[in-house]
Amino acid sequence: MSRVYRPKDLAEALQMRADHPEAAPLAGGTDLMVTRHSAPREAYLNLFNVEGLSGIEVIQGGAIRVGAATIHRQIACSPEIQRAAPILAEAARVIGGRQIQNRGTIGGNIANASPAGDTLPVLLALDAQIEVQSAARGARLIPIEGFFKGYKQLDLAADELITAVIVPDHHQDALYFRKVGTRAAVAISQVILAGRVKRVEGRVIEARVAFGSVAPTPIRAREVEAALIGHPVDPRAADALDVHPIDDIRGTAVYRRAVAHRVLRTWLRAL
Amino acid sequence: MSITFTLNGEARAVEAAPMDRLLDVLRGPLGLTGAKEGCGEGECGACAVEIDGRVVNSCLIPVFQVEGATIRTIEGVAGERLTRLQEAFLAHGAVQCGACTPALVLGCEALLAEEGQISRAGVREALAGHLCRCTGYQKIIDAVMDAAEDKR
Ligand SMILES: Cc1cc2nc3c(=O)[nH]c(=O)nc-3n(C[C@H](O)[C@H](O)[C@H](O)COP(=O)(O)OP(=O)(O)OC[C@H]3O[C@@H](n4cnc5c(N)ncnc54)[C@H](O)[C@@H]3O)c2cc1C
Ligand code: FES
Ligand code: FES
Repeated sequence: MSRVYRPKDLAEALQMRADHPEAAPLAGGTDLMVTRHSAPREAYLNLFNVEGLSGIEVIQGGAIRVGAATIHRQIACSPEIQRAAPILAEAARVIGGRQIQNRGTIGGNIANASPAGDTLPVLLALDAQIEVQSAARGARLIPIEGFFKGYKQLDLAADELITAVIVPDHHQDALYFRKVGTRAAVAISQVILAGRVKRVEGRVIEARVAFGSVAPTPIRAREVEAALIGHPVDPRAADALDVHPIDDIRGTAVYRRAVAHRVLRTWLRAL
Repeated sequence: MSITFTLNGEARAVEAAPMDRLLDVLRGPLGLTGAKEGCGEGECGACAVEIDGRVVNSCLIPVFQVEGATIRTIEGVAGERLTRLQEAFLAHGAVQCGACTPALVLGCEALLAEEGQISRAGVREALAGHLCRCTGYQKIIDAVMDAAEDKR
């Protein structure tokens, strides 16, 4: 029978994480409870309803701090997120159905590190930072791009937990989110695009173009970003896109690449 | 371990292994069979129950996580008389084999209890995680819209 560790607050959770590295962190369980039949774990460390791990607050400079164990539904409904980073609320709304959004957490989505995780390209487009903590070394902040090191590989030590995501205020930028799947909700994404453009006097001075489901990790299409910088938005920048997706049961590589290009061009044309 | 919670308004205690699924504890020792097992993987919604006011899939909930929680199942919705929504389900033919029905009624009651106007698109979105193999969904949405009339 699996052991379960049940900390009452974040400090105790970090201590238990250090003392029992074999225990898998368990937040909403919407990934872990599905995989545990095929890959059972000897122990679990509960993170759901643990004091200090959930909630949404506005911090310095208007940035928003989202606790790792905050559920998607709360993110979807948050006025602060709808204002500063509406595409994060949009992504939260299309993760599974309502029952999944009522239990699944943003920290779980990040730690699960699926290439098809819906919040991940959004967090890339928003220049989010991941806050991780350990009992021994305290907190560190990691820009999201460096956090995904390879397929399901994270910059996270064995004694660390993801404790929050910090999202800067981008309400003045043009933002975009599009999930292409077989159904709007529930289905695992075939292609996800998240974008952000900052313009001054009509010229693009900052661009983020991020995709999910087209590579082993969520990625930024830097070649497209570079093509966008310095002049008014030109939809032909989409032609610079250079992604190499794989074939799987949800779509072929050729299909995915075509969809990624099409979705990107649609967004750029609308800007 | 012994786990205590409020179930459909009553304080309950149950013996279970911490990682047992809430669905199995409800259907087994607690004898409440309204929540059904369809897929066992979070996809179909047949096992939905309400925990602390939020509808979730009980096949994905390890029972230790409901310690101290307030749980409502379809058995807690049913009373002596049918609710407005249950009547609308009957009137619109929104029930065929019935496998999806208990969880759907629970999910729709939760939706109706929320603030604000209810639109067909909103119902569709809220019910995306409930699969029904029989009705084609239109009748279910008709029933919810009908029951929502009273709110307006
Ligand atoms: C029916 C269904 C539909 C789904 N649809 C979608 C979808 O459309 N889009 C999508 O992106 N996902 C989807 N998912 C996947 C899942 O719901 C999300 O990834 C969710 O955000 C996971 O969060 P959780 O809290 O449930 O994670 P858990 O299952 O609790 O954990 C997931 C992983 O993260 C680790 N972990 C959790 N929290 C932390 C932490 N704070 N620090 C370190 N490690 C941690 C766990 O150890 C585990 O490895 C779906 C799942 C189901 C069952
Ligand atoms: S049995 Fe729980 S969602 Fe299908
Ligand atoms: S009535 Fe048969 S599954 Fe819905």
